[in-house]
Amino acid sequence: MALNTMHAEAVAGVVDRVVSRYRRDPANMVQILREIQESCDWISPEAIDRLQSTLGVPRTKIEGVAGFYSFFYTEPRGKYRVLFSDNITDRMLGNRALMERLCNNLWVERGKVSEDGLVSVGKTACTGMCDQGPALLVNNTAIAGLTAERIDEIAELIRNKQPLSEWPAAFFKVEDNIRRADILLNADFKPGEALLAGRARAPDEGLMASNMRSWREGLPSGMGGPIAVLDEIKRAGLRGRGGAGFTTGLKWEACRNAQLKSGYQRIVVCNADEGEPGTFKDRVLLSSYADLVFEGMTVAAYAVGATKGFIYLRGEYRYLLDHLNAVLIRRRRENLLGENILGIPGADFDIEIHVGAGAYVCGEESALIESLEGKRGTPRNRPPFPVTNGYLDQPTIVNNVETFAAAAIIALKGGDWYAGIGTKHSAGTKLLSVSGDCERPGIYEYPFGVSIRQVLADCGAQDTQAVQVSGPSGICVAEAEFDRIIGFEDIPTAGAFTIFNKSRDMFEVARNYVHFFQHESCGFCTPCRVGTSLLKNLMDKLHYGAGSPYDFSEIEKLNQLLQSMSHCGLGHTACNPVLDTIAKFRPAYEKRMNQKDFTPAFDLDRALSAARQMTGRDDPNAHLSTEHGGAA
Amino acid sequence: MSLTFTLDGKTIPFVDGETIIQAAGKAGVFIPHLCYHPEFKPHGSCKLCTVKVNGRHTASCTMRAMPGMVVESDTEEINAERRALTQMLFVEGNHFCPSCEKSGNCQLQATAYHLGMMSPHYDHFFPNRPVDATHPDVLLDFNRCILCSLCVRASRDVDGKNVFALSGRGIKTHLIVNAKSGKLGDTNFALADKAAQVCPVGVILKKRQGFAVPIGERKYDKAPISEAVTEGK
Repeated sequence: MALNTMHAEAVAGVVDRVVSRYRRDPANMVQILREIQESCDWISPEAIDRLQSTLGVPRTKIEGVAGFYSFFYTEPRGKYRVLFSDNITDRMLGNRALMERLCNNLWVERGKVSEDGLVSVGKTACTGMCDQGPALLVNNTAIAGLTAERIDEIAELIRNKQPLSEWPAAFFKVEDNIRRADILLNADFKPGEALLAGRARAPDEGLMASNMRSWREGLPSGMGGPIAVLDEIKRAGLRGRGGAGFTTGLKWEACRNAQLKSGYQRIVVCNADEGEPGTFKDRVLLSSYADLVFEGMTVAAYAVGATKGFIYLRGEYRYLLDHLNAVLIRRRRENLLGENILGIPGADFDIEIHVGAGAYVCGEESALIESLEGKRGTPRNRPPFPVTNGYLDQPTIVNNVETFAAAAIIALKGGDWYAGIGTKHSAGTKLLSVSGDCERPGIYEYPFGVSIRQVLADCGAQDTQAVQVSGPSGICVAEAEFDRIIGFEDIPTAGAFTIFNKSRDMFEVARNYVHFFQHESCGFCTPCRVGTSLLKNLMDKLHYGAGSPYDFSEIEKLNQLLQSMSHCGLGHTACNPVLDTIAKFRPAYEKRMNQKDFTPAFDLDRALSAARQMTGRDDPNAHLSTEHGGAA
Repeated sequence: MSLTFTLDGKTIPFVDGETIIQAAGKAGVFIPHLCYHPEFKPHGSCKLCTVKVNGRHTASCTMRAMPGMVVESDTEEINAERRALTQMLFVEGNHFCPSCEKSGNCQLQATAYHLGMMSPHYDHFFPNRPVDATHPDVLLDFNRCILCSLCVRASRDVDGKNVFALSGRGIKTHLIVNAKSGKLGDTNFALADKAAQVCPVGVILKKRQGFAVPIGERKYDKAPISEAVTEGK
């Protein structure tokens, strides 16, 4: 444990430094805990002691927050903390064998810390590298494109206790893999242009209204300045790119019109918590189009009259933080952020980056706001909605990364032009994160209305059995439906497009997704907290050969309950992958219905596997014969 | 003009700002609930109080009443869903009613009776949850915790002590206490605290006093929870 023991004074020094940098504000709790862990490798009781006294918040609150996020450790997890991405695409690319290889190389048991306290190896949900998997995180830094050779090199570096900053830069290279670009990814855009163009698009210069006045009075349509920008967004018919497809103009208008209490300000939040397994488009937008995204946020701030902005960056994308901060610094220098942006009176806006810590549920906007406020990421009771009572009770818009990028393009080129692209109900283009069984995984930008078949042809997919569109919470599309289209009128999507060829077992795909939801349930409401675990147990029961028609009907009942009683979308959609695959790939399930009548899930022989492992025995006498299933 | 909505066909008056469950309670209509308590800010997590408002499921403890709302509560469908949630709570923890000090005075047990729950139905999880007997006057038996957070709210909002909080996530969510050792004995918790009075199940128990009231005379022996709650809360 020596490696994980820091002197109490050293820990106190780190805590004090971090806390003062975050202005002693408990609303920055998640950021404070992250930075403490980055310095100390874990969040020790001593660190919590010090935090409690310097921040003046009860220990229960600190421990409650630290205990919520997967990437926070209140027990030592080693100097090197390796987490293998365990999305279905990583599995298809052989992540399990690579993890085994690393564990063997380092003499460490999966999920445990090595005896010398040097390293731990575990797994985590999709890290957003599906186009270049298998991938892992080491101390929350991404390494993609893993091979057996690379694993051996990593093991060597860890054994030699080489600091992460001295590892070869090539390890950390992440490709954009843009395969098809359209209006967004091809946009000819210079920072600042979009805001100026949007503002200038007023019918009459004389009617230009300063933000100071107009947001209070809600000037009639057709006015210049902020209202002109809002009109343009509405005219474009832009809908949210996070999957739900709420009309962006309406959201912005509601926030703009929300009453502002004294001392409050309006807030713009960019949701970069891209946690849906199979999605990675925001990674590419933030890597290579950060100016476009920030400009879209600035346009939004100008339109709604907001003065403060946040990017909530998922913990898996921590490696982008320095790059994004550098872009923000440049934009401040160029007066694209700050006060009176580009000389526009009243256009005051700046952006701060918050990094998440491994919680899919924080992609839900009210959970995201809770996390921004330094709390556990539990979705709020609604109403009230964030547009009136969001971050610290202030009017807040939360939009997807891609939505802001699109908003910048609309401000630049106009709403009518944008509305003419795509379909009647789905204006513009959509970025698809294509991965799985195809020759060219990566980012594909299409006008809405593209068919599944077209995407499959373009990415070189062959012998395709199914496509999971929009991740586990989306829809599983079978061959007969490949002429369906991407669009809010048919298949809405946040962007994931995961391809499975005919050699894949769709039951195991669904089981992987069910495990994901169980792991990511926030635990707030009974149906989702317990229901996702029950569902996981049922799928495992089928996997082990103890399934019967009884279990089928149990799955269906659970689904109904989760949909009607759950607190948020996570619970509502947790059964989707199972129901879809039961409906469309029933043979994959029937193959596993080995039992005609109800059979208990408990299997004595499987339960003894821990004892066999401990004693190092696996001979026939160490097994029991059972009526079903048998060995694990 | 007085505001009203209908609940299972009955007209319920309410004042602006009241939730459905508040208005129903005043009108003497019982809606099953566990994490809701009239003296505290609603939490909306147990979902037992879910009703259908204009055909859509929503928690009645957090949904404000609106004029003309059509609310369904005491229906076959909704009660079956509530029963399933109750069963989930039973299998999630370790609930052995016959040996529990709170038996007969337990809201979870009484709610299960009210909903006609005949078995736990699902496979038990049998979690390992050690008890905490470090406090001189109070025993914590986490085996029975249903994560309603009433003690959290009472300690924070009434006692001003923050003795309790929820930590962990998902199925690993659990109650913690405000001490480096994690033990109640090292906190400033006192038997007189509001937080010591609000546990709807048998987690927070007074030491040296158990099974004080004979079977037949316990709270829910005398009247089912549906009457006990609406009359005296």
